[in-house]
Amino acid sequence: MALTLEQVRHVATLARLALTPEEEQRFATQLSAVLDAVAQLQSVDVETVEPTSHATLAASLLREDVARPSLPPEKSLANAPAKVGTSFAVPKIIE
Amino acid sequence: MQLTDLTMLELARKLASGEVSSVEATRASLERIARVDPQVRAFLRVDAEGALAAAEASDARRKAGTPASALDGVPVGLKDLFLTEGVETTAGSRVLEGFVPPFDATVVRLLKEAGLPLLGKLNLDEFAMGSSNESSAYFPTHNPWDLTRTPGGSSGGSAAAVAAREVFGALGTDTGGSIRQPAAFTNTVGLKPTYGRVSRYGVIAYASSLDQPGPMTRTVGDAAALLQLLARHDPLDSTSAAVETPDYSAGLEEGVRGLRLGVPREYFAEGMDSEVEASVRAALREYERLGATLVDVSLPHTRHALATYYLIAPAEASSNLARYDGIRYGLRAKDARGLKELYSQTRERGFGPEAKRRIMLGTYALSAGYYDAYYLRAQKVRTLIREDFLRVFRDVDALLTPASPVPPFKLGEKVDDPLSMYLMDVYTLPCNLAGVPGLSVPCGFTKAGLPVGLQVLGRPFEEALLLRVARAFEREHDYSRRFAPLPAQGA
Repeated sequence: MALTLEQVRHVATLARLALTPEEEQRFATQLSAVLDAVAQLQSVDVETVEPTSHATLAASLLREDVARPSLPPEKSLANAPAKVGTSFAVPKIIE
Repeated sequence: MQLTDLTMLELARKLASGEVSSVEATRASLERIARVDPQVRAFLRVDAEGALAAAEASDARRKAGTPASALDGVPVGLKDLFLTEGVETTAGSRVLEGFVPPFDATVVRLLKEAGLPLLGKLNLDEFAMGSSNESSAYFPTHNPWDLTRTPGGSSGGSAAAVAAREVFGALGTDTGGSIRQPAAFTNTVGLKPTYGRVSRYGVIAYASSLDQPGPMTRTVGDAAALLQLLARHDPLDSTSAAVETPDYSAGLEEGVRGLRLGVPREYFAEGMDSEVEASVRAALREYERLGATLVDVSLPHTRHALATYYLIAPAEASSNLARYDGIRYGLRAKDARGLKELYSQTRERGFGPEAKRRIMLGTYALSAGYYDAYYLRAQKVRTLIREDFLRVFRDVDALLTPASPVPPFKLGEKVDDPLSMYLMDVYTLPCNLAGVPGLSVPCGFTKAGLPVGLQVLGRPFEEALLLRVARAFEREHDYSRRFAPLPAQGA
């Protein structure tokens, strides 16, 4: 299955990746090859098969629903590229 | 005999008797790192200060007769995918360069509580996506057995550091073979526990339904001892299994007499290197000699595992990696106009080619109109793959297979061909799709002196049996006593 450049650009937009024109070309070729390779799954009879919806093989436990301390703001913000007071700063989103 | 030649358990005995101190052992590791790591390049970051402080505290506990665990004072390394409070953690990616976690992963906390000095952070493929360590944004790690070759991936730094005796043991993570394949490539032992056996809390996520942390060591006994510290229920990981932890070392020497060991025919397929095959087949005969019954079995959906994996793992990755957007931590693109551009430029600059490839593939497989044909279908085939395993485990106690179809390949050999790189995981990734445990144990060398690994796969939560099966083979050989020739002359 060959991916068109247009499809690659659409997926890149969904994935929030500003690909270069060279990357668009390369990914069109490489992703097409991978999609060709995975196309074999179309031949498997899965009519009556349930999807694996979770990976656990044993009972997991629910934690008690009790409040516990979160990270203090100064720790949460320690890696922020930009901050204002106790908030993460982002570019203006409403013109 | 140097201090760094000791196994974890040998060192632990000397620490217990007072013959050696943890500070001496930690210094020996740090000196070894200084001497050989310029060639191996396993470490992204060495934390000498933190390790020595932990070693001093360990020595004080030993002196007071109150060791925190059997391995108190034994220095180890961590794949740079585990969050370490106060110590930079990058996942091998530019997007996390300079990121200093505000908390420890649960397994890091457990190791600290058990008194193990943590020597530093080990190289990996970016976000654990790769089979050679070459997708690390920083540099590739070299195989201690042949510096022109890859140590495997994605836990290649962990495997190389263990094989080069820079650390006594290490933690890795395994999503499609990332512990077992590098272990096979470096003559070391690597164990991927059952999904849910070891907490994923604070382990940077690649594919959440497949990721599992585990020990990487030089011997089976060390792997058992290290797993003992890690395997427990964690309320902070909702997929953590509420299953009691057995004593992993107790039955280690019981041998394989009377066990039924399956040999899945799909794992001896075309494309396998002839020396790898000869080595693994010799191991199979040896198991027979040791009293096990070999059983020819079939896992018919194995041929679909690679395709299934390369839809599910990228789909989960595209979702997990959405968080790297330049807002709360890590890289932020400067000079972006508006929020959307900030996201897309940060991600464009922060991710390397393999991470982008998988994000693209996963986004496509999950996108409107394609979800049913790709992701949902893959999740159904995954069910069939899991059922294959659970069915054969009604008849056999464990499975024996090669860990990798080829010996360690040359650095640079496969970087430009993603599909041929993906094929490197063909024998390891079905185990992750099924969620069952698997380990790789050294099984010999090629004529050129390159390591070969034997894979043992088992029933859910039967890590103790896998270790026992591996130990039965290990004790017949001196492989764990063979050391990579380092520092290499003239390199």
